[in-house]
Amino acid sequence: MTAVPESAKPTSFLLDGRAVDALPGETILQAARRHGVDIPHLCYKDGLRPDGNCRACVVEVKGERPLAPSCCRIPQEGMEVATTSERARHSQKMVLELLLSDVVETTYTLGSELETWARALEIDTPRFAPRRQPEPDASHPAIAVNLDACIQCTRCQRACREEQVNDVIGYALRGSQAKIIFDVDDPMGSSSCVGCGECVQACPTGALMPAKEAGLIEPDKTVDSVCPYCGVGCLLTYHVKDNTILQVTGRDGPSNHGRLCVKGRYGFDYITHPHRLTRPLIRKSGIPKSTEITIDPADPSDVFREASWEEALDFAAGGLKKIRDEKGGQALAGFGSAKGSNEEAYLFQKLVRTGFGTNNVDHCTRLCHASSVVALLEGIGSGAVSNQVADVAEAECIIVIGSNASENHPVAATFMKNAAKAGKTLVVMDPRRTELARHASYYLQFKPDTDVALLNAMMHTIIEEGLVHQEFIEQRTAGFDLIKQNVAGFSPEEMEPVCGIAAETIREVARRYATASGSMIFWGMGVSQHIHGTDNARCLIALALMTGQIGRPGTGLHPLRGQNNVQGASDAGLIPMMFPEYQRVDNEEVRQRFEALWGVSLDPQAGLTVVEIMDAILDDRLHGMYIMGENPAMSDPNLHHARQALAKLDHLVVQDLFLTETAAFADVILPASALPEKTGTFTNTDRRVQLARKALDPPGQARQDLDIIQEMARRLGLDWQYHDTAAVYEEMRQAISALGGISWSRLESQDSVTYPCWTEDDPGRPVVFQKDFPTSDGIARFVPARLIHADELPDAEFPFVLITGRQLEHWHTGAMTRRASVLNAIEPQPVINVHPEDLTALDGAEGDLLTIASRRGEITAYARVDAGLQRNEIFIPFCYQEAAANLLTNEALDPYGKIPEFKYCAVRVSVNRTAEA
Amino acid sequence: MAENVLLRHEDVPDIHKLDVYLAHDGYAAARQALTTLKPEEVTAQVKESNLRGRGGAGFPAGVKWGFLPKDSDKPVYLCCNADESEPGTFKDRAIIEKNTHILLEGILITCYAINAHTAYIYIRGEFAYGAKCLEQALAEAYGQGLFGKDIFGSGFDLEVYVHRGAGAYICGEETGLIESLEGKRAYPRIKPPFPAVYGLFGCPTIVNNVETLACVPSIIKNGPDWFRSIGPESGPGPKIYGVSGHVEKPGMFELPMGMPLREVIYDYAGGIKDGKQLKAVMPAGSSFPVLTPDEIDVHMDFDSMRAIGAFLGTAGIIVMDEDTCMVRALEIVDRFYHHESCGQCSPCREGTGWLHKLLVRLEEGNGKAEDIDLIDRICTNMMGNTVCVLADAAAMPTQSYLTKFRDEFVAHVTEGGCPLKKAAVQPEAA
Ligand SMILES: Cc1cc2nc3c(=O)[nH]c(=O)nc-3n(C[C@H](O)[C@H](O)[C@H](O)COP(=O)(O)O)c2cc1C
Ligand code: SF4
Ligand code: SF4
Ligand code: SF4
Ligand code: FES
Repeated sequence: MTAVPESAKPTSFLLDGRAVDALPGETILQAARRHGVDIPHLCYKDGLRPDGNCRACVVEVKGERPLAPSCCRIPQEGMEVATTSERARHSQKMVLELLLSDVVETTYTLGSELETWARALEIDTPRFAPRRQPEPDASHPAIAVNLDACIQCTRCQRACREEQVNDVIGYALRGSQAKIIFDVDDPMGSSSCVGCGECVQACPTGALMPAKEAGLIEPDKTVDSVCPYCGVGCLLTYHVKDNTILQVTGRDGPSNHGRLCVKGRYGFDYITHPHRLTRPLIRKSGIPKSTEITIDPADPSDVFREASWEEALDFAAGGLKKIRDEKGGQALAGFGSAKGSNEEAYLFQKLVRTGFGTNNVDHCTRLCHASSVVALLEGIGSGAVSNQVADVAEAECIIVIGSNASENHPVAATFMKNAAKAGKTLVVMDPRRTELARHASYYLQFKPDTDVALLNAMMHTIIEEGLVHQEFIEQRTAGFDLIKQNVAGFSPEEMEPVCGIAAETIREVARRYATASGSMIFWGMGVSQHIHGTDNARCLIALALMTGQIGRPGTGLHPLRGQNNVQGASDAGLIPMMFPEYQRVDNEEVRQRFEALWGVSLDPQAGLTVVEIMDAILDDRLHGMYIMGENPAMSDPNLHHARQALAKLDHLVVQDLFLTETAAFADVILPASALPEKTGTFTNTDRRVQLARKALDPPGQARQDLDIIQEMARRLGLDWQYHDTAAVYEEMRQAISALGGISWSRLESQDSVTYPCWTEDDPGRPVVFQKDFPTSDGIARFVPARLIHADELPDAEFPFVLITGRQLEHWHTGAMTRRASVLNAIEPQPVINVHPEDLTALDGAEGDLLTIASRRGEITAYARVDAGLQRNEIFIPFCYQEAAANLLTNEALDPYGKIPEFKYCAVRVSVNRTAEA
Repeated sequence: MAENVLLRHEDVPDIHKLDVYLAHDGYAAARQALTTLKPEEVTAQVKESNLRGRGGAGFPAGVKWGFLPKDSDKPVYLCCNADESEPGTFKDRAIIEKNTHILLEGILITCYAINAHTAYIYIRGEFAYGAKCLEQALAEAYGQGLFGKDIFGSGFDLEVYVHRGAGAYICGEETGLIESLEGKRAYPRIKPPFPAVYGLFGCPTIVNNVETLACVPSIIKNGPDWFRSIGPESGPGPKIYGVSGHVEKPGMFELPMGMPLREVIYDYAGGIKDGKQLKAVMPAGSSFPVLTPDEIDVHMDFDSMRAIGAFLGTAGIIVMDEDTCMVRALEIVDRFYHHESCGQCSPCREGTGWLHKLLVRLEEGNGKAEDIDLIDRICTNMMGNTVCVLADAAAMPTQSYLTKFRDEFVAHVTEGGCPLKKAAVQPEAA
């Protein structure tokens, strides 16, 4: 037997006279609970640092004069602890009585812990008179503040400052005047609160609670599911009554540990928005399709008429079938969605490949990380992350580049901030200073478009200073000489004027990255959405390879996935050149395997990508499309181009929740179901396959997406009979070997399993590439990158650089979030972020209407000051249909990933003095 | 009486000036320590001297220094606790303003002993003049190479910073002080870990009181035996007694440890004012039990005080004469703790509030008979039940007032207010 280290041994102690054990690190309170003894506690909550302030949990320890707070006391061998001795009980009760006397009798929550404990310890009406009570604060759309129920336990403060690291909640004043405040005692609604609701989840008394008394309604049921928004993949619980969601609480999922962000927690009522499609719609005959979108999503009856499902499906499939039969399968294409489940993605691509007879199937990953994936496949043979976000806890140096994680991966960002607080070196590199930079040891505000210069200069330093990992390079990589030659001309001193970062800083960061015991790189679309996006990613990969910073816990590469199922949709084969699990369609052997699995012959040619499909339509080569849950009329670059293409289609089938901008071009619209209305699996950015469970029935005649795809398939001549989601999943598992060990029943019991996972008892591999890379020879490749510029540089006519992106509250094109009441209340109007000095130079002020024009279009929205920008840079979120940023963007593509340059184009900015503000 | 050590300015005018201090053997002890002794030897001498902390708790200084981890690669810090905010206590202020260099020399020697290269003097925010005195003295001393790099050619470096406090009593509690020094609110930390292991910025830290540190040079200069010969062996040394309240000659007296309280009041402070009778004494600041006239033969040292259920505390002696209303006096004491509770622990935050409220009620004549027991029960539940001992500091005197002057509290209930009401002078602040 191997020796167990001292610290890992359980401790035995006497609990109320009974010999029990405490696991390493366990407090008296935790150990007692595990042994069935519940000690009263108020300021303690699982997951938060014990603060030991309420003293409801005191116990008597033999031989000690003071009582011990059991929530922060680790038992020692042989310690004798009495939890209910007269003295301990007396003190516990006195605390409860004093606190009870402070709070009002009004009930704000069903589960007040104070009341529960007071009842358990039989506390009568307290003998003390109540304190003077603060006024309620209803200024926040999602959170009601009733500090008359506050017991000063500071759980909310710890949740806000230590867990989510938002630093909004404070504890002001002293003694009995001490109180919870937001910022400098601002109303919550006007404070810097980001609405994550962690404080509400933490509050034991309901002093902070969901607005509109949602916490007072007893739910019919609770359903464990997954957040429908971003790739972090937070697990959550829906509280449901009468087929509506009352509230959402975070669950202890592996990537969120109970945390949620404002979208996950409060962005759920889009599903009952009046715009929700509940009946199939068919375009009225003779209504032309115009690139000017004028349809009112509340009442589309001018353009569409309601139809029965039979009619709509026949019409939808019939139109596609006609084109296929007359013009061939290559005249058709499908867009699946990274918002749909793995099963939907799988079935959709199978439909296109086997029913249409083409590989023209793609989805929005093309627009986010296609370049990263190309670089990763070429360099290390896999597009997935090497390590999970949770690895920040084990890393020593963490680089976050081109990612506004606090807004786009909010819960992942909280773990990065936790790591920074724990003393890890956090390096944030971004042309725009984001919230995360506040927590960084190094913040490198490089000039937009100069990623390669900065990263090559880091590599130059690492090579020049002998910090490369020679053994790793020799044994596990090829092509290092190419890099060495390439970066020779990129000294930090030469790159300083190019990227705008001091040479010494570049050197310091390079040294820190190379020499740390473990370094992680996270990147987002600031890296990928350039015409040199693939080059940018190549540099990041090369950095990791030359320093051997990959393939160990806390050490690796992590492109942060945007949508909740980008990873899964790609794995499932929503990619024009690949079958499920990245098997190339032009590989004979692979194709034969899939032909055998699916029982049809398959197109051997790679299909077209998102932007190429639009080009093909305009070129008269493509005539019909089936779009499920995507919104290219908002998300594609240079929307005019995309919208012209959509308008030109002979037959367009759109399957969605709402009448999106894309649906406005449809010939037929099929009303689909939202995530809480269906069961399915979603694969998060960490390669965790997670189970979402149906909590609600879809409204009206809206149907499950899997049913709709099957109905379409049958009408295209495919004889599909999937009884349920599980049947689709199990077929997909045959096509994706890495899911081998993750059966449906395993997911039902475990909710979340990481792949690759080969057998039922394999816990899954959070860290991959430990021994080799999944390339043909197991060896990784260096690919050098030269410095190229953005496609469209600013000039005298268009002097500003436009960066597009997202906002915390709004998701992607806003179809869901702008219909979620809380989210839309927080961010109701389109904004343009401008540097304060630029705004002054334009003679404008915050809140003025600005008009932004590029060579492709023009939009108008409100000016918002953002000192995180550099001069002559503006930032526009692309979620506002009334000021669609993508009318301005440039459709120039990265030659490898075919990803458009969303992060850089030239625009002109002027204050709009004609429009009514 | 021998020459003053701590109040040496009473013997040597202008001793706060560096040239005067140097002319009177100033920094000789520091030079001796840094150039002839090893750090462990300095610690050993201080341990041998039985110097006990003068901040209130009386913990042996040398033993505390010995708690520093031997194998840590983190820097060690010294924090001089100059937050002196205890009611009735004004000894540190005298040292800071009038005998400044003895404190700085004590800091220098202590830092050498504990291998600290950075020291902070955390001085009470209101002591603007004291802070100026320290800054001036430090500037002078730096000018002479007594601080900074390579002091006395010994290779030892030390930087000293004066940090003005954040205006709350709780900033004087050692972990509150550390939090405050780190730029946060002064919320005391849960102990263990103690500062010696996890202190300022998470590093090993020693916190010592001004008077404690000011004793150190004399130990090095005259030897531990000399120090132990002053007062009782178990807690010896020179001591400043500060007397306030109803005495003829309030003020500070440097005397050996272990002086009988009666002598301090009657022989040094001139006895009770206007020939009145003594009613009560708070001998240790306001945080410890009150004494009755028949208890004042006690010797003022740590162990003798403990033997009668009292404490030496800061030896800030607050004297109350026969006209004092004990309910009102206690109300003032508890008003202070209510105001100064930092508010994190519920027994303290709520408890001090309730003590104060109930006492106001009694004093105003609206009290009920059961209030007295309620006060007592709240105290019992505050003691030993909180993050720091501020709660005990409120509860201990309160319970002693109730026990020792119970009749007076009962009378406030039965007579609907203060029976002494018409009997003139009330203390304005305890
Ligand atoms: C509420 C509270 C306030 C305190 N204030 C002071 C103070 O102002 N000055 C001081 O030296 N010690 C103060 N102390 C004691 C310190 O916590 C600590 O024990 C002391 O600084 C240690 O120094 P010493 O060992 O040299 O006495 C206070 C303690 C408490 C609980
Ligand atoms: S608001 Fe709630 S969580 Fe915050 S201190 Fe008050 S009772 Fe505790
Ligand atoms: S971080 Fe992402 S997955 Fe988590 S709650 Fe927010 S939007 Fe949902
Ligand atoms: S006992 Fe009082 S002063 Fe001390 S930490 Fe607790 S609340 Fe603060
Ligand atoms: S639960 Fe332990 S002190 Fe509050």
